[in-house]
Amino acid sequence: MTAPSGFTPDTAAPPAGQGGAAPRAATAPAPDPAEQRRRDRRSRRYRLDVRWSPYAFVAPFFVFFAAFGLFPLLYTGWASLHQVELTNPTHMEWAGWHNYSRLWEDEFFWKALRNTFTIGVISTVPQLMMALGIAHLLNYRLRASMFFRVAILTPYATSVAAATLVFALLFGHDYGMVNWSLGLVGLDGVDWQNGTWTSQIAVSTIVIWRWTGYNALIYLAAMQAVPNDLYESAALDGASRWKQFLHVTVPSLRPTILFTVVVSTIGATQLFGEPLLFNTAGTATGGADHQYQTLGLYMYEQGWVNLHLGRASAIAWTMFLILLLIAAANALFARRLRKSQ
Amino acid sequence: MSATVSSRRTLDPAAPPPTAPRGGRGRGRAGRQLHGGKITYAVLILFTIGSLFPLVWTAVAASRTNTRLAQTPPPLWFGGNLFNNLDKAWNGANMGTALLNTTVVAGTVAASTVLFSTVAGFAFAKLRFRFKNILLMLTIGTMMVPPQLSVVPLYMMVAKLEWTDQLQAVIVPTLVSAFGVFFMRQYLSQALPSELIEAARMDGASSLRIIWHVVFPAARPAMAVLGMLTFVQSWNDFFWPFIALTQNGNPTMQVALTGLSRGYTPDQSLIMAGALLGTLPLLIAFVLFGKQIVGGIMQGAVKG
Repeated sequence: MTAPSGFTPDTAAPPAGQGGAAPRAATAPAPDPAEQRRRDRRSRRYRLDVRWSPYAFVAPFFVFFAAFGLFPLLYTGWASLHQVELTNPTHMEWAGWHNYSRLWEDEFFWKALRNTFTIGVISTVPQLMMALGIAHLLNYRLRASMFFRVAILTPYATSVAAATLVFALLFGHDYGMVNWSLGLVGLDGVDWQNGTWTSQIAVSTIVIWRWTGYNALIYLAAMQAVPNDLYESAALDGASRWKQFLHVTVPSLRPTILFTVVVSTIGATQLFGEPLLFNTAGTATGGADHQYQTLGLYMYEQGWVNLHLGRASAIAWTMFLILLLIAAANALFARRLRKSQ
Repeated sequence: MSATVSSRRTLDPAAPPPTAPRGGRGRGRAGRQLHGGKITYAVLILFTIGSLFPLVWTAVAASRTNTRLAQTPPPLWFGGNLFNNLDKAWNGANMGTALLNTTVVAGTVAASTVLFSTVAGFAFAKLRFRFKNILLMLTIGTMMVPPQLSVVPLYMMVAKLEWTDQLQAVIVPTLVSAFGVFFMRQYLSQALPSELIEAARMDGASSLRIIWHVVFPAARPAMAVLGMLTFVQSWNDFFWPFIALTQNGNPTMQVALTGLSRGYTPDQSLIMAGALLGTLPLLIAFVLFGKQIVGGIMQGAVKG
């Protein structure tokens, strides 16, 4: 492998000696020119193969990747500097920074940004904490442990659309199951659609429901890799179960926790289906007062409801910048963590 | 499964006393080998109910009438209207087409992602070529970029190609996945011994033969995991299909579902029947292969 050309003589030589492999080998001792040529051709083909096949193997991926991943990403930036209408998407008119300055003055943009942040926090934080706790419980020796694992992962198999439609019904104001249960314990029904916090909590519930089990399994996998001696020595030092969890499990899981935080943050930035379909009025505004409209949904509304693809591109590119900021903050945080260890 | 659990249970009660010289404290020894207590089970059962209830209730609501759903108390048990609703969704709301479309899309995307990811992942894991590291960094870097950032140009491309409302608009852009390549690279760099490839080369095997006879067999477990994950993801994909396909023309399951809920007076029991149809195939897969799927996700988490 390290010196591909070094193998060429070896591979070319054996057939001559092997006799049985090639019938002509019997005549081989007197190097006949045709045989020599065949051998040359074979070694040339071999060299070409070793040299170029890696590119052939990655080429299909990169061709599609460039065409449908990288190019659109960059082109979005270019389109954000233009005025483009959905009705005629191939016609672009230069607009400079106009789309961005519009966004800056747009109260709905700021609202969507704020909503994305709050919904992101109230969905990600409880989700990951619950996942950690459940993973810890699943890490005990249990009867039917596989049943529990499959059961908590099942919501992962549900689509955004199906899950949101069900939850919209469960959170219904008059006949919804949630308000009915609240009534059973003597509480007033909550307007899950129209309140700012209540609607955001409802939307977050869908996210939490779908992803907690998935994250729990990721934590569980990491927990099972923690060496047992750590627990043993902690126990010898008299650490309680809770202390062991805090001082052995959680620190060992740091890289995994960081990974899930990053993944969930990215997921939260692109929240779209939940706020779209939670709205039983069927519009893309994220509630009558835009109270749970996220950036992803706002981008869709600008591009595909209000037909301004240029403006939608500017929102997309802004989301990209926000993600870059988060990634940078994250890298900084990770380095801090590493230093402090 | 139950056999091993019970055998462990019979073994264990004897174990703690001799190794617990410090009385109660000894219980903390080897944290994860401890049995879960009653509270552990109680919490897990509660959580299981929370996970499964919305799904069960989808079926309950799908088996009722719309009028019954608009009454208190909400129905808690199945009614007799399930097949009527399923029939309405299947024939009246394009759900049959949608189911077929989604199967085609998810199947194609999963197969092609597995194929291309394995081949490219092998090249990244085991072969030497120029720009390898730069290309790999590029692949990993863009894994973090959400699909929404490229939706506008994608839409322009699809419009230009006149693919709107056709399945290839959804299939072609997702035929490869950066995550898949990275996942296979991680797996193959550990699971495939370099000596095996060298030996195959010594025997004069071409790269294609090596892929077929050495790499594919070695990669099979990871290919299965990646295939399952990709299939689920593609089945449930919403954002791009919602933009590329219209609800009445040629929808996938997820797009058809939004169409159901967009009527002037949406029929909730019909919507729930649709949601059930869209979720059922994956639920059945979970019942059949739940163990493998769980194992796959946990394995992917450690390796990826």
